[in-house]
Amino acid sequence: MAAIEILGLEKTYKVGFWRQRPKRALQPLHLNVEEGEIFGFLGPNGAGKTTTLKMLMGLVFPTAGTARILGCEWTDPKVKAQIGFLPEQPYFYDYLTAHELLDYYGQLSGVPGKNRKRRIEEVLQRVGLTDVKGVQLRKFSKGMLQRAGIAQAILHDPKLLFFDEPMSGLDPLGRREVRDLMEQLQCEGKTVFFSTHILSDAEALCDRVAIIHKGELRGVGAVEDLTSTVQGKVEVIWQGTQVPASMKALGAECHVTGDRVRAILPENRQDAAIDSLRRERIRLIAITPLRTSLESYFVEKLQHSQTTAGSTL
Amino acid sequence: MSSRIVHIASNTFREAVRDRVLYNLIAFAVLLSGAAIFVGQISIHIERLVVINLGLTAVSLFGIVIAIFVGIGLVSKEIEKRTLYTVLSRPVPRWEFIVGKFLGLAGTLVVNTFFMAIGVFGALLYVAHTFSAPDALILVALYFIILEFLIICSLALLFSSFSSPLFSAVFAFSLFVIGSFADDIRGFASLTQGVTRWIATAAAYLVPNFSALNVISAVAHQQPLSLQLVLQNTFYALFYTTMALSGAVLIFERRNLK
Amino acid sequence: MTGPRRTTTIVAAGCLTISMVACILLLRHIDEIRPPAIIDDALYVSSPKMVKAASLGFDGMMACIYWTRTVQYFGERHFNHEHTYNELAPLLEITTALDPRLFPAYEFGTSFLAPASPQGAGEPARAIQLMEYGIRHNPDNWKLYYNLGFIYYTEIKDYEKASQVFAQGAEVPNANPLMKVLAAKMAGHAGDLATARLLWSSTYESSRDTLVRQNAIEHLRAIQVEEDVTRLQSAVTRFGERTGRLPASMRELAAAERWPGIPVDPNGHPYMLTSRGLVVVENPDDFNFLTKGLPPGYKPPPLPKFHMHT
Repeated sequence: MAAIEILGLEKTYKVGFWRQRPKRALQPLHLNVEEGEIFGFLGPNGAGKTTTLKMLMGLVFPTAGTARILGCEWTDPKVKAQIGFLPEQPYFYDYLTAHELLDYYGQLSGVPGKNRKRRIEEVLQRVGLTDVKGVQLRKFSKGMLQRAGIAQAILHDPKLLFFDEPMSGLDPLGRREVRDLMEQLQCEGKTVFFSTHILSDAEALCDRVAIIHKGELRGVGAVEDLTSTVQGKVEVIWQGTQVPASMKALGAECHVTGDRVRAILPENRQDAAIDSLRRERIRLIAITPLRTSLESYFVEKLQHSQTTAGSTL
Repeated sequence: MSSRIVHIASNTFREAVRDRVLYNLIAFAVLLSGAAIFVGQISIHIERLVVINLGLTAVSLFGIVIAIFVGIGLVSKEIEKRTLYTVLSRPVPRWEFIVGKFLGLAGTLVVNTFFMAIGVFGALLYVAHTFSAPDALILVALYFIILEFLIICSLALLFSSFSSPLFSAVFAFSLFVIGSFADDIRGFASLTQGVTRWIATAAAYLVPNFSALNVISAVAHQQPLSLQLVLQNTFYALFYTTMALSGAVLIFERRNLK
Repeated sequence: MTGPRRTTTIVAAGCLTISMVACILLLRHIDEIRPPAIIDDALYVSSPKMVKAASLGFDGMMACIYWTRTVQYFGERHFNHEHTYNELAPLLEITTALDPRLFPAYEFGTSFLAPASPQGAGEPARAIQLMEYGIRHNPDNWKLYYNLGFIYYTEIKDYEKASQVFAQGAEVPNANPLMKVLAAKMAGHAGDLATARLLWSSTYESSRDTLVRQNAIEHLRAIQVEEDVTRLQSAVTRFGERTGRLPASMRELAAAERWPGIPVDPNGHPYMLTSRGLVVVENPDDFNFLTKGLPPGYKPPPLPKFHMHT
């Protein structure tokens, strides 16, 4: 069963005071997210990611279209007990402590009293906030707020999680932790739908991604498929600063960095390159097939859409 | 359902307390004790009158100010700080949010009034050295003041659901002033003719009727108050509050939270 | 719109309508319980000084509010045929204390504060004080002198004082030339009907207040009847002197005096002649303030009729 089915959700805002000009924040969107996958919703700022998420949450009302979440109508109140939401750059009641905040949210989510205490402790530990659970949120750093946000999203053990820019404002350690957490959640059988504009995160985490730009869906697919070896090149790295003539003959593009050389050559020349290095007794460090990065796919899709108006995959 | 509303209400109460709203009680206590001591010293034979008038007027005004300044932010602050998103992504219907917020603020004011009432009776005891039976009327006056608070809270919440804090404060305060002259407004309306009369009368009847709820001077003069009046005022306040909250719910249900 | 949202909307809209209706109905009820309290509350602060202080500088606004209350107060009591207007004096005093230039208040005081019950509150002394207060604050307003003189003339019946006041009023720049005339008339023919008619006519013409004008018309009508009755009565006497008997009817008298028709009163009804030769009006109830032309043994109805139409 699809965890999320977006069926033509669209949003048009009216801008201006007297003569209201319509502004299309989101073109009719059709998208499916399968259960158990980590799905990345990518796009530059202002593309419509947050608008989509808010519509799914019932915070904004679509101009047209519907959606189904976990098999139910997205406006069904039962659905909300099964989803967790982390908004962008969250800000919580700063007069509450982390513990109180989670207690409050737990009450609102209908987590029964006995479980709640236990669950709060579990969740706090999981996001690493146990030490500061008695500190008022106004004293929290950005990273700590983000963690608190994740905590409230997973508190009631929902099946489906929506994260809006979960890594924003985090230091590398924090981002690593969040990534690990998301993978853990997937292992627990949960579905994670998150939006970001940081492609490396998406590449590392996601099973599938969708790319959205200026309110329009530009591309959807499995990360692997999108970044499959299209180029057909390999990257060879060896010790030293010399570039053997035989390498040059193979048509390698070489860069010397420190005491290593990095060369790129066509895939079918791979064996010849290895032989060449052995003959010269040069120490081979690494051979890696080159993949299109998600970034170049992304950029290509954006450019493509700018030149061809209204085309989608 | 009801437990969610209670939780939202108690969280709102907690917020008010931690935002140090209740510190107003200190200012109140200072004011009242100062007046009581001053009046006791100069013995102008109307000590009771002064303490009751001043005390009850202060209870009323302090409370109105709190009701307005906290009330106008109830919804708009949550939207501005985006704390609302995580609440509404949970199985919390929007109307429960509104009702919960209202009850939290109303509860804060009731608690506040309770402490102030102790202060008023204390000051009264100090200047009059004893209580007399008609002093029980002060409780009725306080009850009416609480009814006023309910109405003002619901209006502040109504405005907060669609307008910025500044405008909400202006509207709510204006309605408070106009409502204090509700009798006269209805009088004005009855002197007009034709279409104006219809419009003026409609407006006059929709303005909150604070003039009926202000019995401070009557109580200070120990004039009796009819039970009928108490009952009718109670029902009026409840219905008016319901009206304003229904309006708030209708507006908030529709609002796109950008 | 989806299921739960629609339900909430319908319920909320229903609550809104029902509570709005309930509020309005309750308000009307509460108003019924409260009427005495309203004015008492308004006058709880019966000291003009205190009201002024309490107005926080918005005197003008408060004056308007008090003036409206005054008009309402008087109108309501009059409509309900109450005889007493105890609160009229303080209401007018507070109004003028807040705004000494609210001229309709002084006019109102002249017409309804000075005269005795049931036409007015019966407090000429306070009315005089009110006018004097007004004159102090508005020395260049001749109308206030007019009002003051009026009170001396109609209620106090101190014609000399009235004449003095009218003379003072005549000194005011841009005073109506009428003031000089009145001063003279007071001095000379104080008691006669022509003077009275002059006074009431000028009141009628110079006022814009409906109640005040209505009052003046009633007085003018009464004066007209008095003049008519006096004239007709002397005609009856002449007839008696000529013929040695009383005329059988008004028709006979009219024929004898060669009048074009039977004389009618200001309401258009013909005057009648009693068997004793007295000239009377057909419907004495239609007139206020009559001193002549009333049938013998006539008792005015306990409740004065006050025509609210012109």
